[in-house]
Amino acid sequence: MAGTRVLVGTRKGAFVLTSDERREEWQVDGPHFAGWEIYHLNGSPLDPDRLYASQSSGWFGQVVHRSDDGGRTWETVDNDFTYASQPGQHQWYDGTLRDWAFTRVWHLMPSRHDLDTVYAGIEDAALFRSTDGGRSWTELSALRDHRTAELWQPGAGGMCLHTIVEHPTDPDSMVVAISAAGAFRTSDGGASWTPINVGLRSGEIPDEDREVGHCVHKIARSSSDADVLYMQKHWDVMRSKDGGDTWHEISGDLPTDFGFCIDVHPHEPETVYVVPITSDSLHYPPDGRLRVYRSRTGGDTWEPLTEGLPQEHCYVDVLRDAMAVDTHESAGVYVGTTGGDVYASNDSGDTWAPIVRGLPAVCSVEVQTLP
Amino acid sequence: MTGAGVSTVQVRLPVPLCTLLGLAERTQVLDVDGPVTQRSVLDALEARHPALVGTIRDRGGERRRRAFIRFFACEEDLSHTDPDDPLPDAVAEGREPYLVVGAMAGG
Repeated sequence: MAGTRVLVGTRKGAFVLTSDERREEWQVDGPHFAGWEIYHLNGSPLDPDRLYASQSSGWFGQVVHRSDDGGRTWETVDNDFTYASQPGQHQWYDGTLRDWAFTRVWHLMPSRHDLDTVYAGIEDAALFRSTDGGRSWTELSALRDHRTAELWQPGAGGMCLHTIVEHPTDPDSMVVAISAAGAFRTSDGGASWTPINVGLRSGEIPDEDREVGHCVHKIARSSSDADVLYMQKHWDVMRSKDGGDTWHEISGDLPTDFGFCIDVHPHEPETVYVVPITSDSLHYPPDGRLRVYRSRTGGDTWEPLTEGLPQEHCYVDVLRDAMAVDTHESAGVYVGTTGGDVYASNDSGDTWAPIVRGLPAVCSVEVQTLP
Repeated sequence: MTGAGVSTVQVRLPVPLCTLLGLAERTQVLDVDGPVTQRSVLDALEARHPALVGTIRDRGGERRRRAFIRFFACEEDLSHTDPDDPLPDAVAEGREPYLVVGAMAGG
């Protein structure tokens, strides 16, 4: 029987949760790296035993670990994220310019095209690539050197590159997202980048539909149609049918279209999941009820999924990297909360159950479908 | 004060760095070649444990102390002293540890 491994990054360590294909009984292993803030923990699509972890600390800086045995043992790999060219300046909260400076790795994306290639999205926003399994990193600096970079600005969490979405068949094509700059696409392996923000409107910038400056929170790509992308923006849930060339809003009948995470059903390109959050100042679900919303129509029409999720006195957040889907025939959907609970559905979201509770605040959730 | 040859010094690490390295013992015993200074001790520490590069000092040429790291020894705060100054004899002779400390923060 196939297996399931859920990788959880928290404010105080990493946890590895394992189950079989039924996903009813779970083993919890951890904390790994106890006390360290784990922004992201992710596994290779090519070798499920190859994992990477990003630890970050205000005291001790950035550390990156790699495992080649599914998280049983770890080794430190390179943590040198020196910008490849002289860093310039970007907008600061007060409208002044501030020098680019490395703070932490937000997101690690092992390539689906090459086992030893892994990407890192960092704050202040830049994209790094390793082709030796994390042992050395090189910046793809054309992104940070983009002509619009001086207009980029930090969101509340910092100016971070938090989303890296590879193309399923073309290793030179990729979409990234930055808060608060927007989405960018390369088709030449990172040598050049194009802003792909046509259709986004953001009331937080003077020119609502400017080329850049949008606070994109997360982008997910359909696994069965590479041109279909979904986006949770600061406000607004968006969809693109043309690989990001244009976007249109699909918030429809959601109770609020603010949120952080978004993901797509592994077998149904029109089925998409979000967790609506009350507002940009109230980072908890409306009415204290944790509801995952599912659309089976590519957006606009949404249904709340509540069975097994707390429906009173629940004031947690689900952060941008804290939702994942597995690829079992009966698809699994996973969300982790800032309250330290991880909920799973083994039936595409119809019913939910906590698979672990009381962890430190969850920063990220990834899932691996094991052979 | 030890100025030449090899000195054996003790370095006490903060718990998070022991967790990072998988060390059960916070105090590490290091051989330091030549004058015993903060720089030479930390160089020896990073040579023993390369995973510490970037966690105590930055990666720039000057290897400056990270902002929230402090260095103590013999009841003195050495954080703002010249990293090439000799450390106290008690540290150089291995009788007192050189302390790497995460600055106090939080409520």
